[in-house]
Amino acid sequence: MRGERAGWFFVAPALAVIGVFFFLPVAAAFVLSLTDFDIYALANPRNLRFVGLGNYGALLGNPLFWQALGNTLYFVAIGVPLSIAASLGAALLLDSRLARFKGLFRTALFAPVVTTLVAVAVIWRYLLHARYGLIDYGLHAIGLPAIDWLGDPHWAMPAIILFAVWKNFGYNMIIFVAGLQTIPEDLYEAARIDGASALRRFWHVTLPGLAPVVLLVSLLTVAGYLQLFAEPYVMTQGGPGQSTVSVLYFMYEQGFKWWNLGTASAVAFLLFVLMLAVTLIQLAVARRRGVL
Amino acid sequence: MKRLWGSLAVNALLIVAGALAIAPLLWMVSVSLMRPGEADSFPPPLVPGEPSLAAYRELFAHQGMGRYFANSLVLACAATVLSLGFNVTAGYAFAKLRFAGRDLIFQLLLGALVIPGQVAMIPLFLMLKGMGLVNNFGGVLIPAAAGVFGIFLVRQYALSIPDELLEAARVDGAGEFRIFRSIVLPVLTPIMVTLATFTFLASWNDFMWPLIVLGDDKLYTLPVALASLSREHVQDAELMMAGAVVTVAPVLVLFVALQRYYIRGLLAGSVKG
Repeated sequence: MRGERAGWFFVAPALAVIGVFFFLPVAAAFVLSLTDFDIYALANPRNLRFVGLGNYGALLGNPLFWQALGNTLYFVAIGVPLSIAASLGAALLLDSRLARFKGLFRTALFAPVVTTLVAVAVIWRYLLHARYGLIDYGLHAIGLPAIDWLGDPHWAMPAIILFAVWKNFGYNMIIFVAGLQTIPEDLYEAARIDGASALRRFWHVTLPGLAPVVLLVSLLTVAGYLQLFAEPYVMTQGGPGQSTVSVLYFMYEQGFKWWNLGTASAVAFLLFVLMLAVTLIQLAVARRRGVL
Repeated sequence: MKRLWGSLAVNALLIVAGALAIAPLLWMVSVSLMRPGEADSFPPPLVPGEPSLAAYRELFAHQGMGRYFANSLVLACAATVLSLGFNVTAGYAFAKLRFAGRDLIFQLLLGALVIPGQVAMIPLFLMLKGMGLVNNFGGVLIPAAAGVFGIFLVRQYALSIPDELLEAARVDGAGEFRIFRSIVLPVLTPIMVTLATFTFLASWNDFMWPLIVLGDDKLYTLPVALASLSREHVQDAELMMAGAVVTVAPVLVLFVALQRYYIRGLLAGSVKG
């Protein structure tokens, strides 16, 4: 009985904060998404009207929303596989018995992850600069044409993807290194005795052994990448030609630039539904392949 | 012989990858030390002709960088203290104290991890506005005081505390608070360092929420100030790089010092799936 009281006493403050400042607003967001809450309602709540699914309908008819959705899915579809490949490559190198100074390399490779996103996005904006940027200078030096990375609608999203891969690969790398260490050495020994090449050992021992880790990393990375916001905010402001407006960037502009808070809440909910759907699809694929 | 080539290849690739990872950061430091306008030449210079602190002087003397730095520091420290206060007690209770509904509530909290935080942002903004906490550090801090990730992190660690230890103390007549303070807290110290590191870095690096809540530029944190500066001073590469150095250096130093604890948290957080 004494434990009962103490238990509640210990969890109550945290539960109160999470309940009031997370669960309550999430529920309120759904209600808000069914209203036309705008700058007039902000001034006087009596201007608020219930519009049912009107905001959702309007969004589905708004070409900029579809563009934002398309841009975000493009970022996820290219960015996630590239990031995971970079993470896995770096993890294999770090895990190799031949590697020296592992601690030093691990710290260097992980450094971009802990840096402040806004600050490094600012750095990359200058690196990607069409006239003074080092990246174009490098391309020029090896005889490739310069690219107006952040000024060309076709290249702005690839530039952001490149930046995101650099910023994030270290995170999954650490998870992969931990996963690689759980694969029993005997399996590699056995494969080696059977005369399997390094490539075949990777394909038949490493990858199957890592399958659950790959699933976990994909779930986390897809969910994270669907929340793209600060990169376009700092590097392109959604441009050029709206080619880098993401769903969250669209939500931010609707909500806190135009004060269409009802519409913005509907955007937030659609993003949530999208994230849930993508997660369920990933889990279904994993189940069919026998990973789960 | 084959092994030698393999070793050379692995280490050469590591050097290339490591260089690519830190090159932008080295370049940032180098440009921040250039004289105004020096970076805008072709070919782009890699090192300053004559190192200068002009950009830093401009930032702190005229752009209010000292204030933004202090804002970020105060917020990150306060967030860390709050997070320790709320999450450690809750994480311990979910692991070791029995109370009705405990496991159900914990499952519910874990389930909430699928809801992206941005869903709550708009009503939260309106709520905080009603409470007078918009344009106020309180509006940044309070919603982040307790979090599912922090509770989970502490709970997983606290599960390893032997029940006999707690029972023995109870038999000796110690109250639950006494047990928490003199037995549990010392055992939880390593995970508290992990949680503190995570919270400090997350608060320092956070962008979207402070951008929404802090409209008054006197209250800006470093990332918000840097984003706003970069819109006004696009041409001043040296100034912006100095701002980036001031923002990034503290978290990099903290990470290098507390890496072990940070990586532990990262791995604990990712086995939740």
